Amino acid sequence: MLESLSVIKDALPYLLKGSFATGVIVVGAMLIGLALGLLMACGMVYGRKWVRLVVGFYIWFFQGVPVLVLLFLFYFGLFNFLGLNFTAITAVTIVLGMTTAAYQANIFRGAMLSIPQGQFKAANALGMSNVQAITNIILPQVLRISIPAWSNEFSIILKDSALAFVIGAPEIMARTQFVASRTYQHLPLYITAGLIYFVLTWSGVKGLRALENKVRIPGYSHQGN
Amino acid sequence: MSRSEPILKVENITKSFGSAEILKGVGLELPKGAIKILIGPSGGGKSTLLQCLNCLVTPDSGTIWFNGGVVNIQKSKELYAFRQQVGMIFQDFNLFDHLTALDNIIIALCKVKKMSKQQARERAMTELDQVGLGDKGHLYPAELSGGQKQRVAIARALAMDPKVLLLDEPTSALDPELVGEVVAVIRSLAHKGMTMIMATHQISLIRNLADEILFMKDGLIAERGTPDELLGKGCGTLSQGFCDKLNEIAGEES
Amino acid sequence: MDDMAFFRELVTGLNRGLLMSVMLIIPSALGGLIIGIVAGALRAFGNSLVIRIGDGYAALFRGTPLVVQLFVLYFGLPNVGIYLTPYWAAVTGFMLCSGAYQSEYVRGALLSIKRNQYLGAQALGFTRLQTIFWVIIPQAMRRALPGCGNEIIYLIKYSSLAYIVTFMELTGEGKTIATEYFRFTEVFLVIGFYYLILVSVAKIILRKTEKALEVPGFGSV
Repeated sequence: MLESLSVIKDALPYLLKGSFATGVIVVGAMLIGLALGLLMACGMVYGRKWVRLVVGFYIWFFQGVPVLVLLFLFYFGLFNFLGLNFTAITAVTIVLGMTTAAYQANIFRGAMLSIPQGQFKAANALGMSNVQAITNIILPQVLRISIPAWSNEFSIILKDSALAFVIGAPEIMARTQFVASRTYQHLPLYITAGLIYFVLTWSGVKGLRALENKVRIPGYSHQGN
Repeated sequence: MSRSEPILKVENITKSFGSAEILKGVGLELPKGAIKILIGPSGGGKSTLLQCLNCLVTPDSGTIWFNGGVVNIQKSKELYAFRQQVGMIFQDFNLFDHLTALDNIIIALCKVKKMSKQQARERAMTELDQVGLGDKGHLYPAELSGGQKQRVAIARALAMDPKVLLLDEPTSALDPELVGEVVAVIRSLAHKGMTMIMATHQISLIRNLADEILFMKDGLIAERGTPDELLGKGCGTLSQGFCDKLNEIAGEES
Repeated sequence: MDDMAFFRELVTGLNRGLLMSVMLIIPSALGGLIIGIVAGALRAFGNSLVIRIGDGYAALFRGTPLVVQLFVLYFGLPNVGIYLTPYWAAVTGFMLCSGAYQSEYVRGALLSIKRNQYLGAQALGFTRLQTIFWVIIPQAMRRALPGCGNEIIYLIKYSSLAYIVTFMELTGEGKTIATEYFRFTEVFLVIGFYYLILVSVAKIILRKTEKALEVPGFGSV
């Protein structure tokens, strides 16, 4: 028991340093997902038929294949095949980004459809182009509405980022495994890793809830207004 | 008929949704300062016609003239410029829910007319004052009553300096006690000489404001004429029958 | 020539792995569902202590990565003298994690049923048990179904993590062959396709079930 505690005490700074890599992966992936997801959502709601088909296929693929398989497929397979020499962290960030983009696209699509069509018409009637209407009127509302679902997606991606160690990215899990293989204190170390993830998830979700409250519009609720 | 060159003129507008033919070839002219009122049963094509006038709904065929020139609606630049000069008021207001009353007006001035923020703000304040909401600019749509929302919507449209105003049942979504404030604003616009075409069931607007009443039914203009011609005692028109029914309802409510 | 041998080995290997994956998924899904229903009901209707414990369980398993949970079970427990086989470590981890998520949907569904439904049943002379069986469960089940079904689809995909605790299922079999032949792109595309089929079939079943149970005007949670 005492031995476990001292191992944890010694290892903790080393493990916590891993949360920097984890943070880079998660923030990067969520931002890629945001950009790509918004683009695809616009494609699904306002795009031509072929755009909707392409986006539909993308979503079907990335929502149907396990993250682990995608990591192997891209890191050992496609990235190499295309001659892209990404580091493990970059590769994980991109793969998780593409995965969460598929889910975020659906989140944003739902939000777009929940905004009354009349507002788009009104923007057009004032002389705004479709692009102006989307960026000035639709997106500001879509982003606000999407925060709760986005926060859920964040917690999923944070947890999925723990798979990065399978391709050797030096994040929390990889570091824990490294220490555990030397000290044989698997149980206390993995519990510690779990706690670090728990705290990260919790603070991220709390932060996003604060953001949600900050940008809330008085009297406005997206459930039917 | 043509007292002067019409500001807005359309000819032979048709529109179908799937197999349903909503407009079967409608034409009309709006001379400067004219007020035309569309009445008729719901489903008769009034709303679709209004939305075809500024191409929120693209007509299947037909021609639109604005200020004497044909509007090429295939060219998006030309279409956007055309829409800037044609204001529209919707039945359910369509304020932008994420913006305050003031910002609802400012955004189009800044983004479409490329005004400076400062200029836009001043203009928006003036328009809000005009509709009697000078003190409500900081409120969000969800914090306004229906009548206030519609007055903001009118201020928003007027800030763009439109040459014509299209009004699609501006009072239909309002509680009865809030109709008056919006009617008053529309009246004052009429007195200032604004060119308008309005679909409405508001009997007071029909009788007192209309230069011409257009009765729409089954995608066509079935009758047109001045209020005196169509609503005079015992003239037995479709319009008269329709307005009598509106009167009955209004009578029951009051 | 070489290609033929490769594809033959790939398909045999993956089919063997697929069978193992299914053997992981089915008990895990059932176990997760049972845990979820029990935990969800306790979290909805238990006394404050029970609710506390239930909420803690759900927060813990939902707040930490599944892979960490599997590592605790497989590599961690031997520290205190408990040895699980790779299969049981995986199934236990999947059940506990899935159960935590399922309990969330079950709880939400139970709490969403309005008070007047209970009153209505009581007014007709239903006993407590009859009310639960004939009024509450049929409604809650429909409300929880989309969420719970989605959770099973997640489980299908996350069953690939069993490979990390050395259980040779679909992903593990594929990884071995890919490494042996050094043909990652093809192998993982084919594995991806296997999962896509599993997930798509599960989605179709879920949608059919939802359709069959649909009651007009009765939304999900």
